[in-house]
Amino acid sequence: MHRYVRFLVTAVLLVGAAGGCSKGGGGGAGTTLTAAGATFPYPLYSKWFDAYKQKSGVQINYQSIGSGGGIQQLKAGTVDFGASDAPLSDDKLREMPHPVLHFPTVGGAVVLAYNLPGLKQPLQLTIDALVAIYSGKVTKWNDARIAAGNVGVALPDLAILPVHRSDGSGTTNIFTTYLSAISQTWRDSVGANTSVSWPNGIGGKGNDGVAGQVRQTPGSIGYVELAYARQNNLPVAHLQNAAGAYVEPTLASTTAAIQASAAALAQDVRTPIVNAKAPDAYPIAGLTFLLVDADQQDAGKAKAIAQFIQWAITDGQAMAEPLFYAKLPPEVVRVDQAALSKITSGGKPVLASR
Amino acid sequence: MSRSATRAAPGTGPPGPVVAGPLARRRGLALDPIYKALLQAAAATVFLVVALIVFEVARGSWLSIKTIGWSFLVQSQWDPVADHYGALPYVYGTLVSSLLALVLAVPLGIGSAVFLAELASHRVGSIVSFVMELLAAIPSIVYGIWGFFVLAPWLRSTLEPWLIANWGAIPLFRGTPFGIGMLNAGIVLAIMILPTIVSISREVLLATPRTLREASLALGATRAEAIGVTLDAAKPGILGAVILALGRALGETMAVTMVIGNSNRISASLLSPAATMSSVIANEFAEATGDLYLSALIQIALVLFAVTIVVNALARALVYLTTGGRRDVGAAA
Repeated sequence: MHRYVRFLVTAVLLVGAAGGCSKGGGGGAGTTLTAAGATFPYPLYSKWFDAYKQKSGVQINYQSIGSGGGIQQLKAGTVDFGASDAPLSDDKLREMPHPVLHFPTVGGAVVLAYNLPGLKQPLQLTIDALVAIYSGKVTKWNDARIAAGNVGVALPDLAILPVHRSDGSGTTNIFTTYLSAISQTWRDSVGANTSVSWPNGIGGKGNDGVAGQVRQTPGSIGYVELAYARQNNLPVAHLQNAAGAYVEPTLASTTAAIQASAAALAQDVRTPIVNAKAPDAYPIAGLTFLLVDADQQDAGKAKAIAQFIQWAITDGQAMAEPLFYAKLPPEVVRVDQAALSKITSGGKPVLASR
Repeated sequence: MSRSATRAAPGTGPPGPVVAGPLARRRGLALDPIYKALLQAAAATVFLVVALIVFEVARGSWLSIKTIGWSFLVQSQWDPVADHYGALPYVYGTLVSSLLALVLAVPLGIGSAVFLAELASHRVGSIVSFVMELLAAIPSIVYGIWGFFVLAPWLRSTLEPWLIANWGAIPLFRGTPFGIGMLNAGIVLAIMILPTIVSISREVLLATPRTLREASLALGATRAEAIGVTLDAAKPGILGAVILALGRALGETMAVTMVIGNSNRISASLLSPAATMSSVIANEFAEATGDLYLSALIQIALVLFAVTIVVNALARALVYLTTGGRRDVGAAA
């Protein structure tokens, strides 16, 4: 029995030592980084990590366990960087053991998929109609508040079933951030978060849970990620934006929304980009972030992280659109680059100033 | 040859029949303590795991217990935005969906068990038992998909409109037919727990003494009356089966999450969406940020754990009662 235990301990130590060896190497080829967090950008990130390994030899192991898990792991110091769809609030930043920098990598949009049999043209929703639907204030599709956005269109006398995400999700965070931005009542009574206390409707698990519910139930409407809706060819509503225009959710209108918010992002990169003022901006857009400790223990790793982010926000952006992510406009890339110079190790910036 | 001579040390194990010769016995005696230690270690592991789970869950929920206290169980507002947590909608959802499952599955299950134990020919019995085992072996996600894609459209288009039209006066059947909600969850759970009820009830019925049946028939009872007498004798055991089934229904996560509609509002109507303790954990754990939020979710796990322990203890006690402590039936449960 003792021998068996000794064997096990030895084996564990050996494996640990082997892992430790591969982690040495000082920032260049052979460096291994671990990261965890958001599931939404995972398809792109895994492609990035693969391409970046080919290019630089730096291996990044990413666990897509969800933004909350990513933040927890960064807090516990078990990963080299985290990833989250929602930026950390001031309170949560204070809970972190070290100062944390946010790096937006790509954008996404939240779209409203619906099931209205017989409706030929895309549904158009006014700002008020969307809030009213999710608060349960309109219950039928032929209500005047919905008809207001669809002049000359016959809407059915059908009960509205609003569908939301039942699982905590960055998508919900962006969507409820938007509802809070356009409606004081919503902000006071429900608010914005990855999970909220919904006043109405039913919950489906994941994008597919929501979309499945919408496909099945005539009269339902539900929010999903733009990428998911595009891949599955769901009919999506055109939304009225802050400039009063009805905008179709596309990658271009999402990037336009990010661009319109560039000045605010330069002030604080965590500023929500929903409800952008530009006439071509889709109103429910959001960014996804990498979360990095500002001051790093290991200079080699710190350099590897900074170089990877530098690559991802420039060359890496070309991979975003084929996977239905909105790329960063140049203004926001510059915001990221300014933040990169704040990554330090032992007080010294790890990237040579540009 | 006396029994006590074969024991390694007084009081270390139950006496058993001795068949080995003197030489084999000596070798056996040398290995006995090792063998025993190994088995004890294996048994201790189980306790250790349970103790660790309780400890970890209690530790994780400590912040929530300290901050929210008992009102956690009676508050109905679950609001991560306001950092305010009350688990009542989930406790309610778990209990009601499980009770609904029992209401649907118990009559079916006991009826089926009586048929299998008392009336069925060997061939029919083995076929039905096989189908039951098949039901028990289907992964819960498959039930969930079936509930979502097959049961929900039927409920929405057929059963629920009928319930609303004919029974809408009762609050239980008010609302809009969405197909997804408490009723769907209850039906899916009923199908999932049916095998447990049938197989254990059948075992318990078969374990009742034949003399009971023979005596009642001899006294002029009809077949149905004889079955009634047997059922009466097997009642606590069947109750045990039902409570074990309830245990499964209480903890079921995946299938329920897919069909219950995941709403944290308490509604009297079975047609409304609801949520259970296990479904809210599955839904919200991955993206829960904030210490109190995480802690509150872990506390739900603690509550669920407590409910499960109580239910299992109850089942054990009942099965013990019905069989007078006979090990064969107790083990079947």
